[in-house]
Amino acid sequence: MRPTQIWIVTLAVTVAWAGASLLAQHNTAADIEDGGRVFQSNCANCHGPDGNEVAGIDLGRGQFRRTMTDQDLIQIIRTGIPGTPMPGNNFPVEQAERVVAYLRSVAASKRSDGAAGDAARGHALFDGKGTCATCHRVSGAGSRLGPDLTNVGQLRKAIDLERALLEPDAEVLGQNRFYRVVGRDGVTTTGRLLNLDTFTVQMIDGTEQLRSFVKSDLRDHGFVDKSPMPSYKDKLNPQEIADLVSYLVSLKVKATP
Amino acid sequence: MSAARRRSVCSLGAALVALGMVPLVAQQVSFDRLLRADREPHNWLSYSGTLFNQRHSLLTQVTPANVKNLELQWVWQARSLEKFEATALAVDGVLYTLQGPPVQGRYQVVALDAVTGRPFWTYEYQPANEARPCCGRVSRGLAILGDTLFMGTIDARLIALDARTGGVLWNVEAARLGEKNTDKYAITHAPLIVKDKVIVGLAGGDLGVRAYIAAFDAKNGKELWRFYTIPGPGEKGNETWSGESWRTGGAGVWNSGAYDAEANLVYFGTGNPAPDWDGRSRLGDNLYSDSVVALDVETGVLKWHYQFTPHDEVDYDSTQVPVLVDMEWQGRPRKVMLWANRNGLAYVLDRVSGEFLLGKAYVRVNWMEGFDKSGRPQRVPGKIPTRDGELIMPTVLGATNWAPPSFSPKTGLFYVSAWENTGTMAVEGQFPRGFGVAGTGGTPMGQATLTPNTKKEEDGFGVIRALDPKTLDKKWEFKMSDITWGGVLTTASDLLFSGGKEGYFFALDARTGDLLWKAALGGQINSGPMSYSVNGKQYVTVAAGNALFAFALRQ
Repeated sequence: MRPTQIWIVTLAVTVAWAGASLLAQHNTAADIEDGGRVFQSNCANCHGPDGNEVAGIDLGRGQFRRTMTDQDLIQIIRTGIPGTPMPGNNFPVEQAERVVAYLRSVAASKRSDGAAGDAARGHALFDGKGTCATCHRVSGAGSRLGPDLTNVGQLRKAIDLERALLEPDAEVLGQNRFYRVVGRDGVTTTGRLLNLDTFTVQMIDGTEQLRSFVKSDLRDHGFVDKSPMPSYKDKLNPQEIADLVSYLVSLKVKATP
Repeated sequence: MSAARRRSVCSLGAALVALGMVPLVAQQVSFDRLLRADREPHNWLSYSGTLFNQRHSLLTQVTPANVKNLELQWVWQARSLEKFEATALAVDGVLYTLQGPPVQGRYQVVALDAVTGRPFWTYEYQPANEARPCCGRVSRGLAILGDTLFMGTIDARLIALDARTGGVLWNVEAARLGEKNTDKYAITHAPLIVKDKVIVGLAGGDLGVRAYIAAFDAKNGKELWRFYTIPGPGEKGNETWSGESWRTGGAGVWNSGAYDAEANLVYFGTGNPAPDWDGRSRLGDNLYSDSVVALDVETGVLKWHYQFTPHDEVDYDSTQVPVLVDMEWQGRPRKVMLWANRNGLAYVLDRVSGEFLLGKAYVRVNWMEGFDKSGRPQRVPGKIPTRDGELIMPTVLGATNWAPPSFSPKTGLFYVSAWENTGTMAVEGQFPRGFGVAGTGGTPMGQATLTPNTKKEEDGFGVIRALDPKTLDKKWEFKMSDITWGGVLTTASDLLFSGGKEGYFFALDARTGDLLWKAALGGQINSGPMSYSVNGKQYVTVAAGNALFAFALRQ
């Protein structure tokens, strides 16, 4: 196919996408945020954080291999495409709608750009001055206390990573929240929250142990409001931040089928 | 530990102090711990508890006197409605288990708090669409070494997971899948850990694969050795297959093995030859189908074998877990292997030399009438599939199947869940029609949900039988109205736990077989029970339906 033809097809499907976005009027910011979380944990591993890592498809720009309505997309998200690596995800319709709403919002946002930094220097900062491995893990090395970053470049955009380094308290994903419990003996345990119910709480603690507590056995318990992640605003200079972001963006491991 | 890692840990320690955390020492499951799992009865570190596969817990808090006070502590319900066949691992207060995937769905691997049943993490894996396991999208369990869990999959992959997070460490191809039936490999059993190796067998015998057992490096998944359960041209045993039949002869491996450290041998059972019910295209004994093979753990080289059913035409898979026992045999200590086989016979073998010591029927058997001196069964003429049909006992599904048995060093008895009174009317070239259980409505195959039972005793029934391993004589039995796919657990307080197709999970007196307690779980029990303890409290678990149940004494 000649470039002109590709452009025409792209235009056609983009128009189709725009014309079929009737669902958008019902989506709130919270819906879009939820759709983003679902996208990151279920879709980004193959499609990339910007949705453009599968050849011929750019989800953030509404670009597909054939014309798609919102309903088509919701159907594909839920049932997959037989004979391709695209699996069915069996989401409720409402959740699939939120993913579609998120994808539409991505088209209007700034694209990832890790090019300003040097990934090799960023790697050295990660292991050295930044002491990132104190809490984070990459390819089996480092701590399990914080989020595993082995694949973070496949899941998060550069601007999101930069923001996490400078303003770690601005957005803490649900799966990265910390929790603190105080036993009747006064012993305090803090760790990354894994699960919580009315009566019990489960976490991974600072020694990377899986711990479970019965709330009625505790003197006190609750969320840790501030992220244990320090801000690197005053610890690293802008070039170092850019280097570190470049390194993080480079951490991409596509899942084995 | 590298200098960088030490620094990292030091600064983490400082950060934790600041956060008010109290560091604990993380414990890894070394191979020494697996080898001496009997030293830590609060844990359950491998499929059948220890590498000897005795499925015997040394915990004694629950006794014949108080077992009536068992009550449900928690239930974990899997998403998949497949049969739940796995036995969980218990490691220092954390349970690890998995459930097989529905069609076009995913495995669920979970780390559960052993006290509350609440998940710490969940890992999901979607097998390839090409996966076509013959007999259920199931898994019988995980294995652990260090901080790593290992799972085999129905698309023949071996996956290593971080036990703290559920993150994938590596995912390798244990066998190449293809479009033909002869490529339909699968892994359905819990891997066996020996030293630094993860050892698995490949299933697919019913579909005509040439199966094998392979060892993989636990660190990276690199294949270290492979033993084909059907010898190739030029190898001893290949002559037991006529023509080219060895290429598609099956002999699948679909249950976990055992390990003897002194002999440095691993033992695995092998499945039926293919095609299952018509042996005319594969004349000969068909080695090493329906056998136990003893392999050198360093090289995978065969040290000895014993074939339970030469030239099998009834599908007598020998994939029961080998049970290793050190016992007195005819006046002197002997390292033996106990085996209650699908073909209706129980065996005592010398596990160092492979010598046949004793064999005896433990259900009604009519296909053989004794052994020669070498331990080869002497067949009854005519007991083969025919066009007009022939009653062959036990049934095509066997006197027992894959459900794990138990040996109690305390009682000295070997406990087997068996099917009695069932036979096969085999029809040439067709799936055998069953007399008894298979012919009275309803499928005898295990399912997740309860099914109606209208069988008379002569139609077939399930039974727990206690055998004296010195004679293989029956000491007692506990009959069920329906058949059973449940395994057996014994404890050092002389309790026996099991369950069956009726959905009852029950406790028997291991010395007498008397019923002491039961609970109706609402789904068929297709798994082996196990026991563990946390903070001095003993739990007993079993999977039934598509859920895992944990019981402990009422407080």
